[in-house]
Formats: sequence, structure tokens, C-alpha cells
Amino acid sequence: MTSLEDRQSAQDADQPTSALVPTTSQARTGGRWNSAGIPAEKSKDFGHAVRRLIKLFLPDRHILAFVALISVLSAVLNVFGPKVLGHGTNLIVDGVTSGHGIPFGRLHVVLIQAIVLYGGSALLLWLSGYLVAGVVQRLMRRLRAQVEDKINDLPLRYVDGHSKGDLLSRVTNDIDNVAQSLQQTLSQMLSSLLLLVGVAIMMFTISPLLAAVALTTVPLSVYAMRAIAARARPKFMAQWRDTGDLNSQIEESFTGHAIVKSFGRQHEVEARFREKNDDLYDASFGAQFMSSLMQPAVMFLGNVQYVIVAVVGGMRVASGSISVGDVQAFIQYSRTFSMPLTQVASQMNIFQSGIASLERVLEFLDAEEQSPDVAGEPGRPATRGRVEFDDVTFSYDPERPLIESLSLVAEPGQTIAIVGPTGAGKTTLVNLIMRFYELNSGRITIDGDDISTMPRSELRSKIGMVLQDTWLFGGSIRDNIAYGNPDATDEEILAAARATYVDRFVHSLPEGYSTLINEEGDNISAGQKQLLTIARAFLADPAMLILDEATSSVDTRTEVLIQEAMNALRVGRTSFVIAHRLSTIRGADVILVMEAGRIVEQGSHRELLAAGGAYARLYNSQFANAVSDLP
Amino acid sequence: MLIRLLRTSLRPYRRTLGLVVVLQAIQTIATLALPTLNANLIDKGVLQHNEGYIRSSGAVMIVFTLLQVGFSTAAVYYGSKVAMGFGRDIRSGLFHQVTDFSAREVGAFGAPSLITRITNDVQQVQLLVVMACTMAIGAPIAVIAGMAAALHEDVGLSAVLGVCVPLLAIAVGIIVARMIPASRVMQTRIDEINRVLREQITGIRVVRAFVREPQETARFAKANEGLTQTSLIAGRLQAAIYPTVTLAINGASVAVVWLGGSRIASGDIQVGTLIAYLSYLVVILTSVVMATFMFSMIPRAAVSAQRIQEVLDTESTVRAPARPVARTSTNAQLEFAAVGFHYPGADHPVLHDINFATRAGQTTAIVGSTGAGKTTLVHLVPRLFDPTSGSVSLDGVDLRDLDPASIWSVVSLVPQRPYLFSGTIASNLQYGKPDATEAEMWEALEVAQAADFVRRLPGVLEAPIEQGGTNVSGGQRQRLSIARALVRKPEIYLFDDSFSALDLTTDARLRAALKPYTADAAVLIVAQRVSTIITADHILVLEDGEMVGQGTHEDLLMTCPTYAEIVQSQIGAQEVA
Repeated sequence: MTSLEDRQSAQDADQPTSALVPTTSQARTGGRWNSAGIPAEKSKDFGHAVRRLIKLFLPDRHILAFVALISVLSAVLNVFGPKVLGHGTNLIVDGVTSGHGIPFGRLHVVLIQAIVLYGGSALLLWLSGYLVAGVVQRLMRRLRAQVEDKINDLPLRYVDGHSKGDLLSRVTNDIDNVAQSLQQTLSQMLSSLLLLVGVAIMMFTISPLLAAVALTTVPLSVYAMRAIAARARPKFMAQWRDTGDLNSQIEESFTGHAIVKSFGRQHEVEARFREKNDDLYDASFGAQFMSSLMQPAVMFLGNVQYVIVAVVGGMRVASGSISVGDVQAFIQYSRTFSMPLTQVASQMNIFQSGIASLERVLEFLDAEEQSPDVAGEPGRPATRGRVEFDDVTFSYDPERPLIESLSLVAEPGQTIAIVGPTGAGKTTLVNLIMRFYELNSGRITIDGDDISTMPRSELRSKIGMVLQDTWLFGGSIRDNIAYGNPDATDEEILAAARATYVDRFVHSLPEGYSTLINEEGDNISAGQKQLLTIARAFLADPAMLILDEATSSVDTRTEVLIQEAMNALRVGRTSFVIAHRLSTIRGADVILVMEAGRIVEQGSHRELLAAGGAYARLYNSQFANAVSDLP
Repeated sequence: MLIRLLRTSLRPYRRTLGLVVVLQAIQTIATLALPTLNANLIDKGVLQHNEGYIRSSGAVMIVFTLLQVGFSTAAVYYGSKVAMGFGRDIRSGLFHQVTDFSAREVGAFGAPSLITRITNDVQQVQLLVVMACTMAIGAPIAVIAGMAAALHEDVGLSAVLGVCVPLLAIAVGIIVARMIPASRVMQTRIDEINRVLREQITGIRVVRAFVREPQETARFAKANEGLTQTSLIAGRLQAAIYPTVTLAINGASVAVVWLGGSRIASGDIQVGTLIAYLSYLVVILTSVVMATFMFSMIPRAAVSAQRIQEVLDTESTVRAPARPVARTSTNAQLEFAAVGFHYPGADHPVLHDINFATRAGQTTAIVGSTGAGKTTLVHLVPRLFDPTSGSVSLDGVDLRDLDPASIWSVVSLVPQRPYLFSGTIASNLQYGKPDATEAEMWEALEVAQAADFVRRLPGVLEAPIEQGGTNVSGGQRQRLSIARALVRKPEIYLFDDSFSALDLTTDARLRAALKPYTADAAVLIVAQRVSTIITADHILVLEDGEMVGQGTHEDLLMTCPTYAEIVQSQIGAQEVA
């Protein structure tokens, strides 16, 4: 029995998904929000969001223009309805008061006209609603697509530095709220506003005096609506911010469910939840009450107007300057007038809530993007895989320098083992080669080309990556392997699976390659997931590789398979390996020993051992340990 | 489902809700009195040229208007309180339910789905209640009162209402009924969109590394298109509601004038009555529009209510006993007797006939390949699951008879995937023991080999920790997770493969320090490394949920082929080198 445990590395096996992630303070310096998720810049106003919303409507402006036309027609028809009906009433009243009897023939003609008007109006209203539904849904599709595009354009710094719960709440809850509020308010808002204008015009044609009296309440209504809306706005903002916060907290509690339970912390977690939940309650109650006040306020003004019209109109009929039928029509108009107004008011709260959400979505859409990609140069020769770091300096946080003046060369086909303690910057090297983060200074070249001068996609498609974080997406095993190369044939997928020991365990699954991996990926083991990510990289057939060997939570037999799969993958490819195994380290062409962002030693296993430096110390301590640990 | 959810969740608010109904009724009646007063004003004031009457009834109308605004403001206040309280209570109830769940139920729903349910779905139902409480409660009252007032004015004209109202109800009913299936599909499409976005954010490095942005965008576009199409169906149906209602009521107005003409001619009614009647129709129209607005929300809310109710109706498979038994001794004597565990519907049990015992001072190692059931076995101790057959007992008492809190207080779990909570190093260490002193924390950190790096952190114990512990490296996270368990000094430690992310040096140092620290406790270690396993007093070997061997390292090498194979595989790995 040999006295060496091969699977151990000569350094801290601490490299994780997480060291990819900068710390809070580091990330936030680059982000634009403070910890509360409030924009650090000038707070944008309601008008700004509405203007952006209007801009989003632009692609459908022709349809909207048509909708406006239809709505105008519908409003006109709707407005003439009471006028015609009023005419009917006049016929009745005249008939009664003059003693000639009611002219039923004429009355019925008038009433049929009225019903045609109303029918046409309803038809047009429906048509505009139908079209608006299309416009709104297309707009939401565009907005969602923009959000998705944005995810692709964000620097990782942003994603790493923000709460996932809040981010997800923005792209799901808030987007949904915008969609819902637009769907519910837009078409009616439009027709209501047009109706208001039409009714106002009709009122003037009947009696300018009464109209002037009646419409005095309009500025008051508008003023009341604005005053209330202004007070409700911050509360709506708070409501959706609290929703995001609550989402973060729920996300955390549910993800850490086992710990919460087994540490008996259920009560504390619930108490914390209640606190946030109460915050949300307070904010949403305030928002709701404030904005719901709009309806009574506007209704009140509508009723005041009604009374004024009744009294003034009554006096004028009494003095003989206006007919009863006209007063009736007028009263009906003033009711018709307050109806859309009340409706607009009652929808304002939904609309405001939607705008508050839209602002959060826009904040996300406005976040700083990564530097734009340069255009690809066609006809670059096939990658040989010579990687050079030339005086590279990088840090997540300007106050805490991490990598300083780093230079190294990897020749084509070489295996570079990176060893060193936690925080030495091993995973940061990965972030830099993949351009997940951009350098502060210096340059990294592949076959002599600066990677910052090639499109990210071109760079990344040269490099295969297997991380400890075994991310798989919800789909079949076949689809997950094919992720590495969407054009792969079934034979190629099978070949990749065979080469990486995936095929074996897939056969033991009841549905083979069609087995669906669920959201949490719980139905296959951690080791099997790791093998899948290797198969994925194998199928991609890249010229270069980045491998994180740390394989925690995998039984030793599976681990041997993983190691062999990784070895198979490395053949003929320039490979950067965050090494955890002595076999890899000893077999590497170059070992980089990193400490605090610097390469302290560089060379082959034998050279470094002979040098008797940091590597030798690391190696000997491991060696000694391994001896004492085995029987 | 929706009705059930509303009934149970609104019960605590029934008084306030009653008050809202009364307030809304009063404000509605005040609103409805206006046309009557107006009719009188025309009949007695205008037609009889009585200006004094016009003025006095104008004043009365103003009083009613003030009443209306006062009562409706109060109604909105209490209505908002009810609606938002309703939402808060459901969220609270759901959250409580989920924290009560065992790992099994959380796994069955999936954490992301639970999160959507507790936020988005609750939002849907709450929106409906908001609408109902602040405006729609008034609508049926207004409709009924309006109809009553109309009947009071003239029964003959009400034939119009008798035809129009049922017709309208049927038309709206048909539209809403067709919206419900569309809404159901819509909610699942929204889930799909959320799932894709969630994957894109959590898997952002892989997506970028494999340059799969175009494919991800295409995948999203497909989900987006699906949602758009379904929303269009629902939206277009919804667009039909409002015109239908306006047409019905306007048609009714025309019919009233038509019929009213004959009735005036025959002297049955006066002109003022006709005008009042038309005003009532407008009141009814306004209310019905409000109500239909709410109706259009019902389909989606109903689907959401169902998703909420599903969670509320799921009982945790791990329940606290009605009359907990107290432990008589505290020897941390843990015994598994014929323990089996299987998921309902699964052909193969996760664990089958597991028998072993351990006590204070003893270390038991559990080995076996991935999927052998080791984690499940460990999770049975803090009752994250309950066995489906056999029993786990502590000092002779079945765990199911103990107060769960009393189990949790003596058990510390270090899970496979370390998970830290947002806060500070200290708040995480105090997670299991809120009153832990600094000295206790440092002691645990020393044992967990975490003291050195914590000391170097800016802020030391107060250094911030992000959600999940993503701002420290994996190894640091694992050591903090171990320290968190150590701080509690429990009777039983459960290390679920907690050392494999550590390098050998740290692993060895940690185990050396751990030994004296946990000397008085029972320790269960799930492990892979032979070096970890051999020092255990007792080793269990699991294979496909069966216990294929137990004993010491030496015994097992001789008697258990699976164990020998595991040991061999590690040596084999060395030979590869």
C-alpha cells in the first residue's frame, strides 16, 4: 500500500464556486445601488417612467394611432347617444306638455337611431380593446426580451454583487405587475379620456353656461388626483422594494431550510419574516389607501357637479331658457362625464403600482453594461492555445489589490496546475481568462491576440470550463450534454458520454438519456452531475480548458471516474487546472504556486521540489500528513 | 379553491369586512338618493316653477354628497386594511407552513416554486380582495339598491331590467368562463418564464462560458412567445367584457325611453320619474362596470388560490407529538432499529432495515457510494424526515414522541452543502446558540481551523456574510458551517461529508482538534476518505440503502467486500499517480 493519498492536493482545497464571487464591499463599489437596493443616482420621477413607457409603445404606434381613431369614433358615437336619447325625452315631454300627445312614430325612429349609435360604439370599443390587448402583450414581450438581453449584457460583477432574490423579484414579480396593470388600465384609460373630451364638447353644444359651471370641477378633480398620486407614489415604491426584500428573505430561508430546522431556528426565522412582512403590509396599506382615496374624491366632485347642474339647470328651465329634455341630456352627460373620471381614478392605483414596478425594471435595464464587444476578425487561424499573461493587475475592490503584475506563459497543449491557499487568486485567474471580469491593467493574449480585442463569444468558444459549481438546466440529460455543442449529433453526444463515464450511469436510469433533470437537480448525485459537466465540455471540443478539480461530496469511486474523465479531456489541450490532486500536480508541465495574487513559484514538480521553496514545504507537509493518516 | 381560501383567510376580518359593507351600503344609498332628489327637483321644482324648492332640495343633495364622500373614505380605509391584512396573513401562513415542512415536502414543491407561490400568487389573490374591498363590494349593493329605487319609481318600467340584467349576467359569465382555462395556462407559462430567467441568472457563468447566450435567448423567446399568446387570448376576452356591459345598459336606457313614452302617455308615470329612472340605470351601469373589472381578475386569482391552497393543504410528514415524552437520561444513546425510508411511489427504498446504535463519546462513520442513502440516514436524526418503517430512538424514546425542539437543541448538523445566512460571522456562529460568547465562538473557530482567516477579515467576527455565504470561499464556508455546529456543544454531532472540501492538512488538523472537543458527544460522520473513516470507533457501510457491513476498519477489511473495494479505490487512485 502506498503511503500517499493521491487525491489530495498540495494546497488548501478551498476553491469553490464562491471564490468566483467578490465580497460585498468589493461588488458594491461597482454596482449602482446601495444595500437597500435604492438607486444611488437621482431618484427618477414618475414622468420619466411614463416617458420610457411611451417609448416602449413606439413600435406599435401605427396600431395605436388606429386604436385612437377607433376610440375617437366610438367616443363620438357614445357621446351622441345621450343627445339622441335626450331628443327622445324631449319628444315625450313636448308631447305631454303641449297636449298633442307623444309622436310615437318619430320617437321610435329616434330611439332606433340611439340603439344603432350605442351598438356601433360598443363594437368599436371592443375592436379597440382587442387591438390594445395585442399592443400591450407585444410590449410586454419586448420588455421581457429586453430584460433577458440585459442579463446577457451585464458584467458578472453586477450579478455577483446583488441579491439574487431581489434580482429575480424584479425580473418576475415586477415585470408581471407591469403587464397586469397595463393590460387592465390602458385600453379603458384611453377610451375614458376620449369620452371625457367628447362629453365636454357635447355639454358645450347644449349649454355653454351649464357646461362651464359643470366643468369647474374638472381642474379640481385633476388637482385632487395629482395630489393623491404624489403621496401614493413613494408608498408604491416602498411596496415593491419591500416585495423584493421579502423575496430575498424567503429565498434564503427556503434554501437553507435544513439548517433552519435542525438548528431549531424556525421561530426566529418566522419572527424575522413577520417583521419584513409587516413592513410590506404597512407600505402596501399606505399605497392602497392613498390611491383608493382617488375614487371617492373624484366621485365626490362628480356629485357636486351633478348637484350644481341640477340646481342651475332647474333654475334655467324655470326661467324658460332651456328645455327639460336638454337638462335631462345634460344631467346624463354630467353623469357620463363623472363615470370615466371615476374610472380613471379607480384605475390610477393599479397604474401607479405598475409604474412603481416599471421603475424597478428600468433601474435594472439601466444598470451599467459590460464594455461592448468588438467585431470579430474573420479568418483567424485555428487556435493553437498559447496563453500569455503580460503584467496583469486586477482587483475586485480598488482598496484591496489582489493580482499585481502577474506574468506567465502556457505553451500549446501544456497543463498548468495552479496551487495555493484560499484567497490566493486562483479562481480569479479563471474569471480573467474567460473575461468574466476585465483587467485593471496589462493584457492576456491567446496565440498573440489580446483577448480584449476579440469578441467574448469567440474567446469563450475556444475555452471549455468545468467548475465545481455543477450548474445544469432543467431539461433532459441529452440536452444538458448537448449544451456544449447544440449542433452535435446523437452519435457525438453518445461518444462524449462514453469518454467521460456518463454513459454507464445513464444506463441505470429508467429513462436513460431522456431522464429529466429537475430544477434542483436532486434526481442525480453530485458526482454524476460533475461527470455531466465534463461531458458537456468534452462535446464542446475546445482548444483550451479550465478545470476546477475540487470535487467535494463525491464518493471515491465516482471521483476516480471524474479524474479519469478529466484526464481524457485534457489530452492535447492547453489546460489550466485548479489542482487538488497530486497526480495532476505531478503530471503538470508547469505548476504555478500562488500566494496573495502573486505567483511565488513556477516550474515543474521536480524543479520546484529541488528548489526547496514554498512548493516543497506544501508538498512535504501533505506528504507527511498522508503518511501518518494511512495505516 | 378561491372561495375556500377567501373564506378561511378573511374570517379574522369579518367584523371589519362587515363594517366595510355597511359603509359602502350607506355611501351607495347616498349616491342613489341623488337621482331621486333630482327627480323631485324637476317634478316639483322645475315643472312647477318653484325656485325655493329647487334651492332647498339642492342643499339636501349637497348634504348627501358629503355623506357619500365621508362614508366612502372610511370604507376605503377599512377595505385597504382588510385586503392588505389578508395578503400579509396568507404570506405569513404560507411561510409558517413551509418552515414546518420536512425536507421531503420542500423537495416535492421545489424551493423556487414555493417562492413564486408566496409572492406572486399571493399578490394575485390580494389584488382581487383589494378590488373587492375598495370598490366592488359597493357594486352589488349599488345594483340592488339601484334596482330597488328603480322599482320604487315604477314597477312597469322594470320589465326592462328583468330582461337586461340576466342577459348581461349570462354574457359576462360566458366570457369569464372562457378566460379561466387561459388563465390557468398563463400561470404555468409565467412559471416557465421565471424558471428560464432563474436558470440564466444562477447559471450565468456556464451560459457565458459555453457562449450559449443566443440559445438561451431563443429558449427564452419561446417561453416569452408562449406567454404572449396565452395572455393575448385572455386579454382579448377581457376586452369584450366592457363593451358588452355598456351595450347592455345603453340598450336598457333606450328601452326605458321607448316603454316610458307609452307609460307617460297613459299617465302611469311622470316625466321626472323617467329621468330618475335613466339616472338609476347609469348608477347600475357604473357599478356593473366596476364589478366586471373585478370579474376579469377572478380567473387568474382562482388559479393562484389553488396553488396557494395546495401548499396550505400539504401536511408536513414530520409532526410534533400531541403529548411529548421527556427523556429520562441524557447519554445521547442513538438507536436505529429496522429503519426504512422510501418515497411514496418509488420502487426502491432509499434506506432498508438499518440497525445500529451509538452513544456519547463514540464516533460512527458512515461510508458508501453516492446515492447509498447516507444523507437521508443522517437527516433522520434531526427529523428532517421520519422513517417510513422502523424507528430511531434517543435514550430509549422514539424521536417521534419527543418534543422536536428538544431534539434540535441537542443535535448539530453540518450539511453537505454548507449554507450560511446573510449577516455577520458572529450572527452565523450564534445561529444555534444566540447567547454564545466571543470566547466560545473563538474556541469553535479554532477547532474548525477557521480562526486564522476570520482574524484576517476586515471586521473580524463582525465581517459581513452574504446570503448563502457566497462572499467567502467554499472551504471557508465549510469551516464556518462546522464552527456554527460546534458553538452549540450539542450531545450529537452530524457531519454530512463535511470534510471532503478541505485539503488533507486542514482535514487532519481539524479532526485532531475535534476529538477532545467532541469527546462527550455522539458523533456521526459521513465520509469518503479512508483517513477520516479509520479513526472512527464504528463504521457503517451502506450500499443502495442497505447496510452491508458494520464494525471497525480491520474487521470490515476482512468481512465486507464493499468496504474493501472502497479502500482499494482510494489506493487505486494513488496508483494512477
